[in-house]
Amino acid sequence: MTKKLSSFKGYIYLLLFLSGAIFTACTQGQSRNTGNSNYTKDYSKTKVFGEMVAELTAPPHVPPPVGNRPAMKLYMEMEITEEEMEMADGVSYLFWTFGGTVPGSFIRARVGDEVEFKIKNHPDNKLPHNIDLHAVTGQGGGAEASFVAPGHEKTFSFKLINPGLYVYHCATAPVGMHIANGMYGLILVEPEGGLPPVDKEFYVMQGDFYTEGRFGEPGLQPFDMQKAYDERPDYVVFNGSVNALSGENALQAKAGETIRIFFGNGGPNLASSFHVIGEIFDKVYVDGGDQVNSNVGTTLVPAGGAAILEFKADVPSNLVLVDHSIFRAFNKGALGILSVTGKENEKIFAGEIMEGIYLPEGSTIQKMPKDGNVVSPPVTMTKSELIDTGKKIYMQACFACHQANGEGVANAFPPLANADYLNADVNRSIDVLLHGLSGEITVNGKKYNSIMPSQQLKDEEVAAVLTYVYNSWGNNGTEVTPDMVNKRRKK
Amino acid sequence: MRKVFLLIAALFLINNASAQGGKMALVKGGNYTPLYGIGEQADVEVRDFYLEINPVTYAEFQEFVRNYSKWQKSKVTKLFADERYLSNWENDLTAPVALLDKPITMISWFAAKAYCECQGKRLPTVDEWEYAAMASTTKRDAREDSLYNASILRSYEQPRTFLKTVGQSDANYWGVKDMHGMVWEWTQDFNSIILTGESRNNGNTDASLFCAGGAIGAKDMMNYAAFMRYAMRSSLKANFSLTTLGFRCAKDVNHPLTLN
Repeated sequence: MTKKLSSFKGYIYLLLFLSGAIFTACTQGQSRNTGNSNYTKDYSKTKVFGEMVAELTAPPHVPPPVGNRPAMKLYMEMEITEEEMEMADGVSYLFWTFGGTVPGSFIRARVGDEVEFKIKNHPDNKLPHNIDLHAVTGQGGGAEASFVAPGHEKTFSFKLINPGLYVYHCATAPVGMHIANGMYGLILVEPEGGLPPVDKEFYVMQGDFYTEGRFGEPGLQPFDMQKAYDERPDYVVFNGSVNALSGENALQAKAGETIRIFFGNGGPNLASSFHVIGEIFDKVYVDGGDQVNSNVGTTLVPAGGAAILEFKADVPSNLVLVDHSIFRAFNKGALGILSVTGKENEKIFAGEIMEGIYLPEGSTIQKMPKDGNVVSPPVTMTKSELIDTGKKIYMQACFACHQANGEGVANAFPPLANADYLNADVNRSIDVLLHGLSGEITVNGKKYNSIMPSQQLKDEEVAAVLTYVYNSWGNNGTEVTPDMVNKRRKK
Repeated sequence: MRKVFLLIAALFLINNASAQGGKMALVKGGNYTPLYGIGEQADVEVRDFYLEINPVTYAEFQEFVRNYSKWQKSKVTKLFADERYLSNWENDLTAPVALLDKPITMISWFAAKAYCECQGKRLPTVDEWEYAAMASTTKRDAREDSLYNASILRSYEQPRTFLKTVGQSDANYWGVKDMHGMVWEWTQDFNSIILTGESRNNGNTDASLFCAGGAIGAKDMMNYAAFMRYAMRSSLKANFSLTTLGFRCAKDVNHPLTLN
């Protein structure tokens, strides 16, 4: 009996000890949370007043702010489509979408809102889909409740209890493929009283795409499973296509306006080093949460993450939105324009004061190495020798701008491949190498206005590199001899 | 005159289809590891069975509803078919003429099952279907062949393949056609992956096809085409009648009835 009793006592002590441990754990948790009042507010009990149908918008637009409205019952609907759309000029892709766009429709709500969400899977679609909203607390962020066969619809309901900017995406197997095909978007849960008002708001979302053809290869491009697995995208784009934010699709603002960008990253694989060339973010809501950072140049947004970026467009200019993992911007499409018009403000930016060609004495743009693989052309060379030698020079002096395959860089460095400007006049080409070139020219119908410095090359070297260029990439096969170069030099 | 011509054309198609339709190929059994087979009982034994060479066509299904009026669209029991059931038919007896040689879709599992049973056949099981579908034109199991996998995945991406004519593709190793790239197909136990725990380890019965769960139970993580089929099946209920979902029948080898 006593033995039993003592063992019973033992349990009591154990229980006391455990409850003590739990108690301290709780108090620790509480003291940690009191640091930020937002965490302690329990929005699950927020009362809702009235109901309304939520407006969802296609990118780059966002619905109107919530302002001072109370928490409400919100009804929203989204249709899932599988449709062929443009990825780049002449390139299309079978996108899977929330609401017919990539990224999907922007959802804007208020903390405490009760949402009744209807998801509709178009009857012609081949696959079942669902939606996982990162703003939702519950099984799979709603993924299980929203799993819907083609030709069916499902309604599910949730309460938004955490403010912030969140990604939503499809979470049906194979998940990677559903996201890679464009099934993601943003949901904004504004705090009580709403975000501070600004003049312009935009919705921009990055995604990486994996196609069987390389970047720019025309036609309908199927999804490439292996590239997705290897995380080797052909396209990294904003708002679902290379041209979504440029040309006539460029975002528009006026100098002096305050601007807020809701930026998300759908992935599936890459994190984004988001930067706006020519501006500084006055405020970054880091990861779309409560923490605000100030005066930021580039901010990192993970796949499946988001950030709110605010700045004032101080002066008129074309601001360039990029993923500053910069090859993605210039070679894979992660580039967009925010065109700011209005009055110049020379106090902030005086602009160009003078322009000239910089010719340091005795220097070349790429000095030929003196040892190792010295390129020392013999005085007389056959055409094929010229081409061989020229290729080496090209790879040292030219390819950084004109690219290895001569395609140049859009809007910056004109192409040499199949280039009308080049093929039209060989003497002009020789002069460009000898004396440099600045000012506006038109190559294959596109205008370029930049500077090419003169190349400090010998006659044989100029002849070789030009012969190489003229005999590559569909150009007219002209042979340039050292003699021809020499004559132009003496002019 | 035009009507007569159409009628003749339709009759021709019907005769043609019913002569071909229902033809079966022998699939020799064996062991194979399904997508969700891992652990000790990974392998599944599939016995010899017959599988129809083509998906069932509109013409064949039209003949069926003419013989079995309770499966006509106005007479079907609501419990057994949703509102989309045969909704593109002109009336109870007439399928759209242009679709007669296309795979029948917008039919429920109940209707597909009844169709097969009325012919002394049955729907194939998921394992039988997957076993027959892993064959390329030359191999019984081409799942290791990345090119073959890529071609299946690509065919799944094409829209509106339910409007293709049956029997145009190359026959696979077993002589069966159009397993991929035409329509999804009903199977006898289409949602068994969801409903039974023992097909996966650790008895985790909640849908392992959701989100990260899709990666946990699977044998071959790269078989995205199979993931799509399993996800599709698990989204279904037996009364669903979808635009992209058809069927074909199977039969036991030792079945007392003779082969068509």
